[in-house]
Amino acid sequence: MGLTDRILLAHGSGGRQSQDLLQQLIIPLFKDILLTPLDDSACLSLPAGQTAFTTDSYVVDPLFFPGGDIGRLAACGTINDLVMQGGKPLFLSLGLIIEEGLPTTDLQRILESLAAVLQDNEVRLATGDTKVVQRGQANGLYINTAGIGRCLPGVDTSSSNARPGDEVIVTGTIGDHGVAVLSHRQGVRFETELTSDVAPLWALLKPVFEHHPAALHVLRDPTRGGVAAAVCDIARASNVGVVLNERSLPIRAEVRGACSLFGLDPLDVANEGKALVVCNPKETPTLLEALRSHPLGQQAAVIGSVVAESPGLVRLRTRAGGERLVDLPAGELLPRIC
Amino acid sequence: MTVSPAPSPGLKAQLLEMHQLARQFGRPVKYMEVCGTHTMAAFRSGLRTLLPESISLLSGPGCPVCVTPADFIDQAVALARLQDVVIVTFGDLLRVPGSRSSLERERAGGAEVRVAYSPLDALAWAAQEPQRRFVFLAIGFETTIPAIAVSVLQAAERRLDNVSFLCALKLMPPALAALLRSPALKLDGLLCPGHVSVMIGPEPYAFLAKSHHLPCVVAGFEPGDMVAGVLMLLRQSCGHRAEVEIQYHRSVKPGGLLRARQLWESVFEPSPSRWRGLGWIPESGLKLRPEFSAWDADRLYPETQVPAAVENPACRCGEVLQALVLPGQCPLFASGCTPEEPQGPCMVSSEGTCAAYYRYGRMASGASAAPERA
Repeated sequence: MGLTDRILLAHGSGGRQSQDLLQQLIIPLFKDILLTPLDDSACLSLPAGQTAFTTDSYVVDPLFFPGGDIGRLAACGTINDLVMQGGKPLFLSLGLIIEEGLPTTDLQRILESLAAVLQDNEVRLATGDTKVVQRGQANGLYINTAGIGRCLPGVDTSSSNARPGDEVIVTGTIGDHGVAVLSHRQGVRFETELTSDVAPLWALLKPVFEHHPAALHVLRDPTRGGVAAAVCDIARASNVGVVLNERSLPIRAEVRGACSLFGLDPLDVANEGKALVVCNPKETPTLLEALRSHPLGQQAAVIGSVVAESPGLVRLRTRAGGERLVDLPAGELLPRIC
Repeated sequence: MTVSPAPSPGLKAQLLEMHQLARQFGRPVKYMEVCGTHTMAAFRSGLRTLLPESISLLSGPGCPVCVTPADFIDQAVALARLQDVVIVTFGDLLRVPGSRSSLERERAGGAEVRVAYSPLDALAWAAQEPQRRFVFLAIGFETTIPAIAVSVLQAAERRLDNVSFLCALKLMPPALAALLRSPALKLDGLLCPGHVSVMIGPEPYAFLAKSHHLPCVVAGFEPGDMVAGVLMLLRQSCGHRAEVEIQYHRSVKPGGLLRARQLWESVFEPSPSRWRGLGWIPESGLKLRPEFSAWDADRLYPETQVPAAVENPACRCGEVLQALVLPGQCPLFASGCTPEEPQGPCMVSSEGTCAAYYRYGRMASGASAAPERA
């Protein structure tokens, strides 16, 4: 039987229609990267050494936004969580919670973009699950992914590794994802050419892991809470101060404009394809060169430095020449951006 | 291009002149920035760390969320608990504590509270969901009033009978008059609100210069605007002048926007209004004209009218709003009251004075003591 044009409750029943969904839509999309057979759990052969293991759930609203969709986000987010730990992504799991009535073509488009990211990064889909809930009980689709990766030897990127004298690099423009999603949200909608930066960071950082592992002290992806939250975490975990320079922050004009309109601070706005790199200052030029030679890192810039003073605090040298504190964003800044 | 614009070359020169004038003037001066957007901009740009030590910027009652009294929140909470009522609000109000609950807590408990960026969202939802009743929480100053007036007019034109407005709109000049009657407040000048003045023009501040002999400058919100504004105030102080000057020429015109005011006068009429910290001030609020009473939530749901609320006695938001104390002088600041667990509205609002001091002003000792000067 062919698939209906919308997902029905029966597609999550475990019966015949569940099989139809699996056989006609999901398996064909993932056939090249699927671990078979489809038993209750996947049995993995892991390389020797340490293994990185992570999970994340994706509830972004809307499901499609400029520059991406929830499928691409679910693949990139989990891959990036592995990469930030110095892990080579190997396997992903895929849990789908679908709201009854989701157009089947939407589900197909979303899974196609998820599959494309896995394929490009040589990540295998190890296991999965599909549930369908009644209309009104989910916002179209929620995705959970878990990821497994191999920790590369000699790479230690823990947030507690920052030392006074280190420099802070961001691999590109900040705030693009949060503003792109906001621009497409019901009730907001403003015209912008801006697209989300959602991207897997393995290819950008692989050469750095391979050639300059010792230069890297900390790696973080500034997702929810933006650069502000990530840098505050680093300052606290390493018990150091951080000074950021507002004039060095790469921010697109559209992001700056939207932030001023909505009263947001670009430092607080989420990114989905950027990394913060805290590094040995002697290696900064080498790292910048390596990052900038990849399309995802062309706008990489040094945005600040690690200091011994005021441990645990992050300060911003403003473009007016003054100074202020950078703190963790509080409250519901932009709900459901990832 | 993606890198932040450099500070204008004029900024340095203006700061230099300001430091020279401040030395010549010889005594400390206190200027009030009335508007919450100015408060936030001053902190975000680090402006306070650039001013001479002898110039203090005090924050005024210009944050709409902060001056909204707790009984308004209590009434909104009571509305949220009614069957089929959907509350539509600007996001800042969600976490403001009323006397017993907040809209955020009501939402977690099952009430329907939707965050909107425009009052027109409430109309759109009301049209889509005719079986439900939508109440928009209309708070704000002269800047927000035209958009709310347009929404009321549209609701009336479209005969949308399932949307209404709970109004606590406020007017700035009567509040400034009330504020300056306090003998405890010693000011040397006012940085007048830029956006409010786009609507009302500079003329309503004339009494501040004439009767109170206070220099007034209407300033914009860029760091350069604010530095220029403070410098203009200082020049007046040095020259013993008290005038209303406009720094924000690119947006503020004499007379303001007459059409916008005519629009809101067709929908609203002046009324007494209660301000947190300042109490009842005559003619400082707006209520819907009788011909729009069908869209007045206060009349439609009389059962939700509440007695004046008991506010947390330890919370000193009221005095912070009158610049009588600095946030750090409140016993709750940063210990019992944080943006995560706010006790008063000044810690909640993105334009609140306590939120600004908490977020941007808590430097390590020695890094910058500027914001802590009273």
